[in-house]
Amino acid sequence: MTEAAISIAVLVQSDDFDPTEQEAALLSAGAGVGAIVAFTGYVRGHSGGSTVERMELEHYPGMTENAIRGIVEQAAQRWALGAVSVIHRVGTLRVSERIVYVGVASAHRGDGFAACEFIMDYLKTRAPFWKKEYTEGGERWVEARQSDSEAASRW
Amino acid sequence: MMRILFFADFREQLDTRQLELELDESCTVSTLIARLIRQGGENWRRVLESDNLVIAVNQTICDAGKNLVDGDEIAFYPPVTGG
Repeated sequence: MTEAAISIAVLVQSDDFDPTEQEAALLSAGAGVGAIVAFTGYVRGHSGGSTVERMELEHYPGMTENAIRGIVEQAAQRWALGAVSVIHRVGTLRVSERIVYVGVASAHRGDGFAACEFIMDYLKTRAPFWKKEYTEGGERWVEARQSDSEAASRW
Repeated sequence: MMRILFFADFREQLDTRQLELELDESCTVSTLIARLIRQGGENWRRVLESDNLVIAVNQTICDAGKNLVDGDEIAFYPPVTGG
């Protein structure tokens, strides 16, 4: 699989998504696919000692999609990938709902594991999304975490 | 005309989602920030002089020295927290 052949899908949407359907779509990248590595992120019910009731996700339409696509293109330059699908939800999300999906199809698992983690680390620190948590104690904007910056800087 | 966008915590603190302003001659992001603070006051100073300020011009991250031209879209936002 060459870089030129990679198929990239990026979606920012309020609707839920089905990881099984995403996997089927990734498989259709071709007979060269031997591995699919996928990450699904969910809304946690606890944050900093508080019980989270729901979250609001805001984004920068246009820039967000382009930023994610740029991150995926960087990944495709570093690893041999066949297809990548990234979905990020926005709007109101309740505990245990899916927030984000990164699926990577590749010939071999090593490329898929590395690329999936790289894309998530970069997405968390570079794609313009913002989370606001609603807890029993009120609402608050989530602050960027040093550990996320450190995770991204190791690449 | 420039379009200026604010997101997340900054949008709420300034109670402003979007502004349109006529471009000054030889304007940079820095001079735009100074103008917004002059017009808006202390609340705007707190946001636009924040260490956390991220600047994007035409949807590309840049620094405050960036020159602006007519039609530019300038966004101010706090560090991102998606994923």
